[in-house]
Amino acid sequence: MGVPSTRTAQMAAMTTVGDDKPKKVRKRHKMRFWTYFWLIMAALYFLVPLYSTLQFSLETGQHAYGFKWYLQIFRDPMFRTTFLFSLRLAVETVIIGLALMVPTVYWVHLRLPRVRPVMDLISILPFVVPPVALVVGLSGVFNLMPWLLANSQILAFIYVILALPFTYRSLDAGMRAINVKTLTEAAQSVGAPGWKTLLFVILPNMRTAMLGAAFLTLAIVMGEYTISSLLLFNTFAVYIYYIGNTEAQPAAALAIISFALTWGTMMCLFFLAKTRGRASSGPTAAVGR
Amino acid sequence: MTDVSEGSDIVLTEELETPAPVLSAPRRPRKSRRGAIAWVGVVPFFAYAAFFMLLPIIVLLLKTFTSVGGGFTLTNISALFHGQYRAAFIASIEVSIVSAIGGGLFGLFVAYAAVHGRGPRWIQPLLTTFCGVASNFAGIPLAFAFIATLGPTGVITVLLTHLGVHIYPHFTIFSLAGLSLTYIYFQLPLMILIIAPSLEGLREEWREAAENLGATQRQYWWHVGLPVLLPGLAGATVLLFGNAFSAYATPYALASGGINLVPIMIGSLLSGNVVVTNPRLGDSLAFGMIVIVGITVFAYALLQRRAAKWLQ
Repeated sequence: MGVPSTRTAQMAAMTTVGDDKPKKVRKRHKMRFWTYFWLIMAALYFLVPLYSTLQFSLETGQHAYGFKWYLQIFRDPMFRTTFLFSLRLAVETVIIGLALMVPTVYWVHLRLPRVRPVMDLISILPFVVPPVALVVGLSGVFNLMPWLLANSQILAFIYVILALPFTYRSLDAGMRAINVKTLTEAAQSVGAPGWKTLLFVILPNMRTAMLGAAFLTLAIVMGEYTISSLLLFNTFAVYIYYIGNTEAQPAAALAIISFALTWGTMMCLFFLAKTRGRASSGPTAAVGR
Repeated sequence: MTDVSEGSDIVLTEELETPAPVLSAPRRPRKSRRGAIAWVGVVPFFAYAAFFMLLPIIVLLLKTFTSVGGGFTLTNISALFHGQYRAAFIASIEVSIVSAIGGGLFGLFVAYAAVHGRGPRWIQPLLTTFCGVASNFAGIPLAFAFIATLGPTGVITVLLTHLGVHIYPHFTIFSLAGLSLTYIYFQLPLMILIIAPSLEGLREEWREAAENLGATQRQYWWHVGLPVLLPGLAGATVLLFGNAFSAYATPYALASGGINLVPIMIGSLLSGNVVVTNPRLGDSLAFGMIVIVGITVFAYALLQRRAAKWLQ
């Protein structure tokens, strides 16, 4: 009597196992379907606007394609002036930002670690104040000191604020990855003065973090429209808007050029992050909106 | 604003505190002087931030709460709750909510598919890279890309017309719906970048444990997955809201004049395109924006701290 019962039990067990298998397989298939569904949706959403813009920018007539609009853009002297202007601003922003932030972050890590929460807070403030609101406040300041607006360099100083969250985070992460205190003490024990320590010991170790901050700043400045347009400076983004208002297809070509620019900058950033580990991993979303 | 005063407070208390302990006289004062010198090192940064960020905010606050003739007033603030200014805030909040929830949900599904789905292994790094690029591809070029795609003569619009589907005039890219759809282009990648770490924190073991205890898919999500994810999810959505709310360039290029969002309104007040009786309105509108975005960033920070509990 006992034997059949165990057999039924065994059979029952076997049937449940047998029952379970197709269920799991079906579940896995369903899972795979949704995985691909969402990834394809995302790919479509990302790529269709790019493809449309590309097609629009290459269309030179009824079913005729070519680089006519791109050539027109590249030949436009305004393109060259505004592009170089924005590039110059970007380089200035990077230099001012790093010159200000590298010594500060180094000093805070070395001597004033308790100020770090305050630094964190200040560096997040540019997120709290939208660029439009910042311009309103700045124009109030410029009303009191109109001479500040006389030189276009003022934009670079404002952009340092826009890039501050990214610059600070990148440098802060970089400093945390190296042992600032030990390195400094080692340098001092062989008699290096403070500025030499910073220049020849800390800086070489911070190269990745600094380059990361620089590339993000570049991406931000090259696309910045809000502040420059409201303060009436002719930057690259202002030029793109101007072209868009006058000719649609060259504007599409410019959109593609600007995407390629962003792509190139970000690629440099990711390549950097990959080759040098995660020392400089920071946020990668910028403020161009 | 409070941060710098906080900072200087610390300087003051330190200077005040040092003379107090008399017993260890020889060493303490030296240390305090060095401490005071240490503060000198951060002066350039604080001065810079004070001039280019705090001073504008202070000027903005002063102008918001004073009348043109001088003297305290709340009329500039109360104007925000009436007429077109109220409408602008409502429209801005609407677009931000729609694009935050739309981009948030879409991003969540995509990120989950990339992190936990059984797709090819190269998907995740590719997606991360692309998200970094796409979240930076915004502003004027993005608006043009969407006009080329879904504008009246856009590639997709024309394609759909050939297929017999006429989306115009029911839908236009220049409407609130079109604007939200465009915003998602920078909201989606941002969501994926923010939420991926939280999803990676959702361990396979938990699901296996729940399944071994006989939990169904739904029970697992309701009792384990969702409670763990919720703070991170809410935080990310809140951040997306603030992100969309502060956008200026994209809506300006897409719907200049068509839709009155708060940033657009501020822009036209600032550039003198509109004549208003109250010149302080731009300031109070900007103040309103700072308050709303400030609340979202604060909420994000709180939620993020809560979310971090599970991610160790």
